Amino acid sequence: MKLNRRTVFGTITAGALALSMAACGGSDDEAGDGEMVSGEITGSGASFPDAFYAAAIEAYAEVNPDLVVTYSADGSSAGKEAFGQNLNDFAGTDSLVGEGDGPEDGSFQYIPTVAAPITVAYNLPGVEGIQIDQETLAGIFQGDITAWNDPALVATNEGLTLPDTPITIAHRSDGSGTTKNFSTFLDEATDTWTLGASDEIEWPEGSIGGEKNTGVATVITQTEGAIGYVDLADAVETQLVTAAIENAEGAFIQPSLEASTAALEGAEVAEDLSYNPLDAAGAESYPIVAPTYLLIRTEYEDENVAAGVKEFVNYLLTDGQDIAEENNFAPLPEELRTQALDALNETIA
Amino acid sequence: MTATAPPEAPPEVDLGGEARSRRTDKGFTGLVALAGLTVLIVLGLILVTTSVQAWPAIALDPIEFLTGTRWSPSDEVFGTFGFLYGTLVTSVIAMIVAVPVSIGIALFITEVAHRRARRYIVTVVDLLATVPSVVFGLVGSIVLIPWVTPIYQWWSGVVAPVPGLNAIFDETNTGRNYFTAGLILAVMCIPIITSISREVFATVPDIDKQGAYALGATRWEMIKGAILPHSFGGLVGASMLGLGRAMGETIAVALVIGGAIGVNTNMFAPGNTMAAVIAQQWGESGGLHTDALIGIGVLLFAITVLINFLARVVVRRAEIQMKGAHS
Repeated sequence: MKLNRRTVFGTITAGALALSMAACGGSDDEAGDGEMVSGEITGSGASFPDAFYAAAIEAYAEVNPDLVVTYSADGSSAGKEAFGQNLNDFAGTDSLVGEGDGPEDGSFQYIPTVAAPITVAYNLPGVEGIQIDQETLAGIFQGDITAWNDPALVATNEGLTLPDTPITIAHRSDGSGTTKNFSTFLDEATDTWTLGASDEIEWPEGSIGGEKNTGVATVITQTEGAIGYVDLADAVETQLVTAAIENAEGAFIQPSLEASTAALEGAEVAEDLSYNPLDAAGAESYPIVAPTYLLIRTEYEDENVAAGVKEFVNYLLTDGQDIAEENNFAPLPEELRTQALDALNETIA
Repeated sequence: MTATAPPEAPPEVDLGGEARSRRTDKGFTGLVALAGLTVLIVLGLILVTTSVQAWPAIALDPIEFLTGTRWSPSDEVFGTFGFLYGTLVTSVIAMIVAVPVSIGIALFITEVAHRRARRYIVTVVDLLATVPSVVFGLVGSIVLIPWVTPIYQWWSGVVAPVPGLNAIFDETNTGRNYFTAGLILAVMCIPIITSISREVFATVPDIDKQGAYALGATRWEMIKGAILPHSFGGLVGASMLGLGRAMGETIAVALVIGGAIGVNTNMFAPGNTMAAVIAQQWGESGGLHTDALIGIGVLLFAITVLINFLARVVVRRAEIQMKGAHS
């Protein structure tokens, strides 16, 4: 193995820098200004944005090869738990921190990074561009509507001839933030949804579970009459046909990155930067959009790690946003992005 | 053999005196006893720590935990019977398919196949054991399922008028079900059961076989009269090892079983197993939900031990019977 001289040199200077900073009280906030941070930072958590983080980490390695970033997609809960036990430097999560999740109140700051639409995909040969209103969607996924030519579906699809194929629900068999966001949407947006909002739903009998997004996509392709929820990346990759879903203003919107960013613009952002883009306002907004956050610590023991996290997250929120689109994730709208950057600079001085 | 030189006196070996050898003997005994104990200690620790972890979820309602079929982490309802049922049903299907096939392969290798062909067959069967289980799962999910679904549908149509059978093989819209999981498990168990059965058959004394032939037995009569009774205990043991693999298999099952909760008599309906549900839900679980998943692990562990224990009883009974019959 060839020893990378720059890495060694970088580590030494960074070490010296950290030492001198510690010696004089260490309140400089110059990290990231021209001087690149070196070292290692690790994150773990949500698997939903993993494709984006992986691509961003790869691209970042070219910008600053001296800071090694690793992210393992163990799941949101595992990431939060590890964060609470101080086992990672930042955590990825699709859900907000609840009681008993691990991180203590005040020990973390949410940083929204990207969002992605959850598509409703189906397999009905010859029928494209089906439109589904919110109540009908709830009816389908809780087993009240069992055939594709149900009057509720016919009503919103006048131009289409719908067959009498029975509807088969395809869902995630693994515990998943995607299931949580999808069921939360149905729970919040409709009056008829009875199955609750959670990572695991008690689906009606006869539904088929697939492992992860790819598994659900496979079930849909293999089963005529199937309908399921899949993230955009997998729907695009497996060329699934997606349905246009009714949004808060009554328009039927096909899932796309633009429609998702529009939904983020319409969403209300709370003071702690958490926000709910489900069924958001705006005529162009796609109604089922899943947010994802990073948790960063309000206090880091190691200043070098803090500087590393700051620099990497800063990258995610600036140049990294372009990478999001290439990987079928919706970038943040300008306003939210600025808020996130401000919060980052405030949290890690 | 050529003429040999007169035998030389064996070289003297210094064993280091009686006292020292006794000491080494004791040391050796202690060492191997410790090695044996390690297994017990590890098993005990696993059982204790996991039970402690799982206790809050089990204590919530122990009866519900064991017999309930509703699993809803958001409502803190943890009934695991559906998963237990799935594990048992898929394992039984796997055994029904794998045991006869494996014994057949083993008999073919030891008794029928040509000596030169034997080597290749053994290699091929052993190769099957080296295929990672996730590959079995993927092949099942992508290749096998679209292929078997129409067969399932045809079969459920055929048995529709037969009471009983039509409940076991009811209508279906998917190949992701108990039956497919059982088939995949069967393929995974075959190399284990085959290779042990083969070794068991090899221990049958040649004299028994020759004796049977001498009495005018055909090959099948010889197998039935000499080989099978002699090997019964070993075959049960082989099947139990296969069963252990089937019950604990996780990822291959998770990929093909369809992830439905509850009990369904229809083998063509989606279900779930204990090992698979742990793997599926672990990453996004928290609090009581995590404890309940660990509880499923404890239960699976307990059942595996119980089944192994029962198997041992069966083997011992068979051995006693065998001895009685022979002496």
